[in-house]
Amino acid sequence: MRAARAIDPILRQALAIALAVGALGLSFGVLCSDTGLGLPMSIALSTLVFAGSAQLAAVGVVADGGTALAAVAAGLLLNARSVAFGVALAPILGGRLGRRLADSHLLIDESAALAAAQSDPAEARRAFRAAGVAVLVLWNAGTVAGWLLTGAIDVEATGLDVVIPAVFVALLAPRMGDGPSRATALAGAAIALALTPVAPAGVPILLAAAGVGAGLVLARRAAPAA
Amino acid sequence: MTWAAVIALAGGTYALKAAGPVLLGGRSLPDLLTRIANLLPAALLAALIAIGALTSDGEWSIDARAAGVAAALLVAWRRGSFLAIVAAAMLVTAGIRVLA
Repeated sequence: MRAARAIDPILRQALAIALAVGALGLSFGVLCSDTGLGLPMSIALSTLVFAGSAQLAAVGVVADGGTALAAVAAGLLLNARSVAFGVALAPILGGRLGRRLADSHLLIDESAALAAAQSDPAEARRAFRAAGVAVLVLWNAGTVAGWLLTGAIDVEATGLDVVIPAVFVALLAPRMGDGPSRATALAGAAIALALTPVAPAGVPILLAAAGVGAGLVLARRAAPAA
Repeated sequence: MTWAAVIALAGGTYALKAAGPVLLGGRSLPDLLTRIANLLPAALLAALIAIGALTSDGEWSIDARAAGVAAALLVAWRRGSFLAIVAAAMLVTAGIRVLA
C-alpha cells in the first residue's frame, strides 16, 4: 500500500476517473463501429470534440436514423453545460490567452468535477489538467479498442451501456452535501423526466437547468437576512 | 455522420468550452451568477442520470439499467469510490440480464 500512497492523491483520482471513462470509451467505439463510422472519424470525434455525452448523443442520433444536422444540434445542446462549467472554473483558469485556449479543450465534466473538489486554486488547476489529459488519452484508447473489438464485446451482456449514467452518479455524488444542491438535482431530474416523452432528444437535459431555481429558493429560505 | 458534421460539432463544442475561460479570464462573476453556475452541474448531471436510467428512445422505461443506476446511487450514498460506483452498476445490470 505504501506505493499507492506515494502517488499524489490528485493524480490517483485523475487516473481512477480516466479508467472509468476509458471503459465508457469502449462503448463509444462500439457504437461508432455499429453505426458505420470509420476508425479515423471515430478518433476525430474523441480527440477534437472530446465531450463524451455530446459524442454519444450525436452518434446515437445518426444510429437512430437522424440527419447529420440533427446529430450536431443534439451534441451541442447536450454540451451547453460546458458554458456553465467554464464560467464556474474561469477564476482558476486564468493566465495568458494561449494557456486559456489550451485549457478550454480539456474542459469536460470530469476535469471540472475534480477541480471543483479542491479547495486551493493551484491544486484545482493541477487537478483540472491532470484529469483532462488522463481522460483525453484513455478516452481515445477506449474508443480505438472498442471500435476494433466490436463484435467481440457484447455491450448489453457486460452492462457497458450503464457505465454512462453510473459515471454521472459518481460525478454528482460529491456535490450532494448541501440542501440547495440536493433540491436542484431532484428538480433537474424531475424536469428532464417530465419532458422526455414530449421534447426532442437533448432538449429535456438543457431545460433541466431550470432546476437551479429550486436550489436558489431553498438557499434564500435558509438564510433570509443575507 | 459526415466530416462536415464532425468539424461543426468540434468547433461548436470548443466555442462552448472556451466561452467562460477566454471571455472571463481570471475575473470572478457576480455572486448570484456564481451561485447559479455552482448549482447548474447538479441539475444537469441529475437530468442525465434520470434519462439514462429511466428512459429509452424518448419514452419512460424501467429495465436492467434502472436497477444498475439504483445500485450506483446506493454505493455513492455509502461513499464508495468512483470505480466502485461504476462497477456496482455494471454488475447489477449485467446480472439482471443474465437472470432475465
